[in-house]
Amino acid sequence: MNILELHNLKKYFATQKAVDDISFNIAEGSIFGLLGPNGAGKTTLLRMITGIFYPDSGHIIFNGKKYDPVNDVSYIGYMPEERGLYKKMKIGEQALYLAQLKGLSKSDATQKIKEWFVKFEMQSWWNKKVEDLSKGMSQKLQFVTTVLHEPKLIILDEPFSGLDPVNANLIKDEIFNLAKKGSTIIFSTHRMEQVEEICDHIVLVNKGEKILDGTVSDIKNSFKENIYQLGAATRPENLMTYIFEVIKHHPNKLLIKLQHDHTPNDVLKFFINQDIAIHSFNEVLPSLNDIFIKLVEGTPGARQFQKVN
Amino acid sequence: MPGNFKRSINTDIHHSINRKKSSIFMNKIWLIFKREYITRVRNKTFLLSTFLLPIVMILFFFGSAYFAMSSKDSLKKIAVVNDPGMFKPNLKSDSTRMLFEFTSNVDSSNFDSKGYDAVLDLKNDSVKKTFTIHSKKQLGLDGKQIIENRLDRAFEKNQLQKKGIQKEILDSISKESMGAYTIENRLTTETGKSEEVNAAVNYGVGFGSGILIYITMFIFGAMVMRGVMEEKTNRIAEVMVSSVKPFQLMMGKIIGIAAVGLTQLFLWVVLIMILSSVAAAFLPAEMIQQAGEANKNMPGGMGGNTEMAMKIMEFQKDISSINWTLIISCFIFYFLGGYLFYASLFAAIGSVINEDPQEAQSLMLPITMPIIFAFIIMSSNLNTPDSKIMVWASMIPFTSPIVMMGRIPSGVPAWQLVVSMALLIAGFIFTTWLAGKIYRTGILMYGKKASWKEMFKWAFRKS
Repeated sequence: MNILELHNLKKYFATQKAVDDISFNIAEGSIFGLLGPNGAGKTTLLRMITGIFYPDSGHIIFNGKKYDPVNDVSYIGYMPEERGLYKKMKIGEQALYLAQLKGLSKSDATQKIKEWFVKFEMQSWWNKKVEDLSKGMSQKLQFVTTVLHEPKLIILDEPFSGLDPVNANLIKDEIFNLAKKGSTIIFSTHRMEQVEEICDHIVLVNKGEKILDGTVSDIKNSFKENIYQLGAATRPENLMTYIFEVIKHHPNKLLIKLQHDHTPNDVLKFFINQDIAIHSFNEVLPSLNDIFIKLVEGTPGARQFQKVN
Repeated sequence: MPGNFKRSINTDIHHSINRKKSSIFMNKIWLIFKREYITRVRNKTFLLSTFLLPIVMILFFFGSAYFAMSSKDSLKKIAVVNDPGMFKPNLKSDSTRMLFEFTSNVDSSNFDSKGYDAVLDLKNDSVKKTFTIHSKKQLGLDGKQIIENRLDRAFEKNQLQKKGIQKEILDSISKESMGAYTIENRLTTETGKSEEVNAAVNYGVGFGSGILIYITMFIFGAMVMRGVMEEKTNRIAEVMVSSVKPFQLMMGKIIGIAAVGLTQLFLWVVLIMILSSVAAAFLPAEMIQQAGEANKNMPGGMGGNTEMAMKIMEFQKDISSINWTLIISCFIFYFLGGYLFYASLFAAIGSVINEDPQEAQSLMLPITMPIIFAFIIMSSNLNTPDSKIMVWASMIPFTSPIVMMGRIPSGVPAWQLVVSMALLIAGFIFTTWLAGKIYRTGILMYGKKASWKEMFKWAFRKS
């Protein structure tokens, strides 16, 4: 079942088509990656999903029903990229306040905050002020306040920015945990290595339009260029063939591109026939980073202002 | 029947959903209100200003009163020389303002060393009837007038005695005639009832409440603006609006700060009352004692104390003749109305500013101008509370809170009050609606400052 369905969403601003006819579905319990270069329209899209903006046209189905921001926001946890806290407030009170705004009762909220604070080893923080926290620490607090009310849909915009590897792993583990418990996670970033590691399903947007939609492995496969790496000691005179084209040649390693209507088995047979010992053989799939750059490259780095009718 | 039944269930469900929605809506405003109120009331600056201001005010009032009554600075000790004889028995001299001593061996070169402030030479210049007074410091207009006045009176007394009226009779007449009559100005109102007015007290109360509204509007308006700016620069705005509507966030803040304002005003009034009664409990005893001593030392003193006591009593009567219930309830209404009218505009300004406080200055100007303008109208036309400009300014919501408060003590026709209040309510609903639209967009805009043109577009575009 899909927790969220976007149908032909459009949002035009005075000088930009921020989101221009985007549709996709997100399955319940999945970790979904929303990717795109700066200014692609990710934040606008997320703001429509969180009910901050109304779309100019199109509609959103949340949890099987038409999306009703006033009530449904309590099922959503949103950690925006531009995030912050009330500096002068005590940390415990701050968490309590944000939880109550999501509809939790005071006692429920207190109990949940305490559980999370124990989990993140933040128990001693309750009476400290937000302004005393380092950036990483306030990031952790921010994450806790985002997921405290056990939202069905958690939206994280660049959640790891400013975190050291230890804390980033802590949060990453929690993201997996939450997904395991049934929450759906939308993860917006332009850090591709994290996406590869975490996400099941990704959508790539650029200039307000969706240019890619699928699972990580499907996308990688669809962009594969039949490149293989072979571990074997070879010399140039061993490589005279039409089966493949050599991209890189080291004495013990070989990067090859398979020609059309040949299979990897042809390659193996070719070397076996020459009685060359093969230590390893594997396909090299393009990284999401490569795909991203390939798709986005050529479009101007910064979005130009355009005329909107 | 089944159709009816179904319909009634449907409307029931519909109602309960609506009720649930509106209760969520109010509940969130309530949470925001509570946070705004509690964090501000617990704030050190709030506590400091709430408790310090009344103390400073009381110290100022009683201190200046104390100094005015007890200091000898205002007393002028004047040596009188060359009296032709008619002034000595008739010149009024007192120990609080002007003490005349008739001597002979003082002149313009040595009066200072002999302990006099000035020396008055009564040698008559027969042509111009001018006397000379030598002093180190300028006498001032006031001092000169007093001396001239007293000399005139002495001359008059002397002339009357020459015509055969005894001094004792003269003294008793002048004592009796002093303050024998006072004038009460009664206004005939529409109901035909005549009311006593005291222009001075009305002026004072009107001006005081007008200026209080003016100051509080600035203080609490700026507080709203800073609060909004804080939310924006701390980057909490987007976190918040993913849980609540921007309008709820704005209203919660505005109402919360209004409650802070009322709390502070209330505490000020209570504290000033307590402190002034405490101060009055021991200060006057000392002052009365001093004044009494001065009286004993100076027989023939004018009995300034009884005169002052009478004035104070009169003042108290005037104060109690004012319709305090009307003034206080109107004050609360205009304080809240004026605050709500401007607070949302201040919130809108706060939402479009980034970190730079100088941006705030230039954007605030169009909002602070009408407030200052209202104050100028009020203070310069308060002598004529029913003039055209005052009536108009007390109707228009931009100026009405300040100007109307200035007019109310002098009496305002009921219809004007009703129209003014209705317009103010309509006004703040309009500004809140307008500001809400600017706020909604502004609070999520980072980077550049919005121009007036853009803000106008945000305010009037269809949502």
